Amino acid sequence: MKALRLNPIACDGRGLCAELIPERITLDEWGFPIVDGTPLPPSLERHADRAVAECPMLALRLESVRPDRVSTRGRRRPK
Amino acid sequence: MSASRLLAGVAAALAPSLDNHLALFGPLEPHDDLMVAIERAGLAGRGGGAFPTATKLRAVAAAGGLPTVVANAVEGEPASGKDRALLRVAPHLVLDGAVAACQAVGARDAVVAVSHESARERAIVETAIGQRHARDGRIQLRTAAVPGRFVAGEETALVSALSGREAKPTLKPPFPSERGLDGAPTLVANAETLAHIALIARFGPSWFRGAGTDDAPGTALVTLGGAVARPGVYEIELGARLDDVVDRAGGATRPAQAILVGGYFGRWVTPADARELRLTPEVLGAGAIAVLPADVCAMSECARVLTYLADESAGQCGPCVHGLRAIADELSSTGRGVRRRRLEELAGLVNRRGACRHPDGAASFLLSALEVFAEEFGQHAKSGRCGRQDVSVLPLAARPRA
Repeated sequence: MKALRLNPIACDGRGLCAELIPERITLDEWGFPIVDGTPLPPSLERHADRAVAECPMLALRLESVRPDRVSTRGRRRPK
Repeated sequence: MSASRLLAGVAAALAPSLDNHLALFGPLEPHDDLMVAIERAGLAGRGGGAFPTATKLRAVAAAGGLPTVVANAVEGEPASGKDRALLRVAPHLVLDGAVAACQAVGARDAVVAVSHESARERAIVETAIGQRHARDGRIQLRTAAVPGRFVAGEETALVSALSGREAKPTLKPPFPSERGLDGAPTLVANAETLAHIALIARFGPSWFRGAGTDDAPGTALVTLGGAVARPGVYEIELGARLDDVVDRAGGATRPAQAILVGGYFGRWVTPADARELRLTPEVLGAGAIAVLPADVCAMSECARVLTYLADESAGQCGPCVHGLRAIADELSSTGRGVRRRRLEELAGLVNRRGACRHPDGAASFLLSALEVFAEEFGQHAKSGRCGRQDVSVLPLAARPRA
C-alpha cells in the first residue's frame, strides 16, 4: 500500500497539496500541511499522485508502507 | 548508589594522562565480538535518544562500504556539561571507545566532535591523541569543532557540519548509519556512550551489569544544576531515585517546586514524584537535571526556555519555526495570563512535525510544565501574577551565533 510522506525541510507551505487531496492533507494556522500518513485507499491514489506531482518544492512523495507499520514521519531507525 | 567508573580518575585525583589512564583501567585489547558484549551489557545511548547501542553498531557494520565513527561531544544542551567534563577527566576512555567501535564496525578513522566553545576540551583530546602514538594500530583519530548551537549535536546536523555544510538536521532516512559523513556509513555515538564501550570491552557485560538495574544497567553521567548545593557532573547508578540523585549534589538549597529531568527536551517532576521516579536512560535523556525552587516563577522560567528553543530552531521546518515562536510568545504573556488550551493546541501542532526532534522536545517540556505548574499558571490566568520571583535559575546559553 502507499502513503503520503512530507519532507518538512523542503516544504515551504504553498498549500497546493491540501487543495488536491483534502481527504489526507489539511493546512495548519501557518499554512503548512498536516499530512495523514495512513495508507491510501485506491480511490485516493490518483489525487495523491497529483498532489505529489504538483508540489513546487518536491516536498511530497508516495511511500510504500506495510499497513501494520504506519508512521507519520517516515520509517523508524533501521533494526 | 554512587559509582565511579567513568569518573574513577576524579575520585583518585589523577591527571588525564595516558599513564594514569592505563594504571586505572589497564590496556584496551582487541575484542572478539564487541557487538555481542555491548548487546549483553544492555548499553543504551547516553546522548539523549537512549537507543540500543549494539543495534546502531550493527546497522553501521551492515551498511556496506568503509564506515567511519563520530564521537559526539558537541553537547548543545545548555543545562548539560557531562560530555565536556568527561573529555577533561577521561579523554583516553572516550578515545578507547572510539577505537573499539571502529574495530567493531570495521572503520579506520574516528573524529571527536566538540563545539567551538569547547576549545579547552578539544586541546585536551588533541594532547591525548598525541600520547597514544601507534597504540591504535591503523585507526586514525582526530578532532573537529562545529558551531555551538543547540541543534548542532543532533546526529544529522553534526554529520552535515563535519561534511562542511551548515550544522542543520537533514531528513531521515537516510540515517547516518546508512549514509553519513562524506556519504560513508557513520556511527554517531555520544562521547559518554563510547566511554562505556571502552569499559565493556575491558571488563565485559556482567561487570557492566554490576551497577544499575536489570532494566537499566550500568552507570550514567548527570549534570545537576539549578538550586542545588553543589552543582556539577556526577556519575550515578541507573535505576537510582531522582530525589537521591539530587541529594548527591547536596540537595536543594531551598524548598523545590519541581525538578527538570532530561534537560529542555525533558519533563518536570514534582518533589513528591521525585521520590518514586527511577532514572533510566529514557528518562534521563542527555542527563541534565535542574531544581526549580518554590519561590521562583515557573512560567517566566518556562518562557525563557521556550524562547531559547524557538531561537535555536534550525529554521528549516515551518511548524517548528512558527509553532515554537507562538508558544514562546504565549508563555511570555504572563501579565494577562496564558491560555492553557491554546498552549496544548500549539504543542499538538508542533509535535512530530519537524525533520528532527526539536519541536517534539519543546512540546514535551511544555506539556509537562502545564501539568506540574497548573496551580501557578492558574494564578497567572486569574490575577496576572503568581507572587513568585522572576529570576533565572535554569542555565540558558548566551552563546554567540556561529
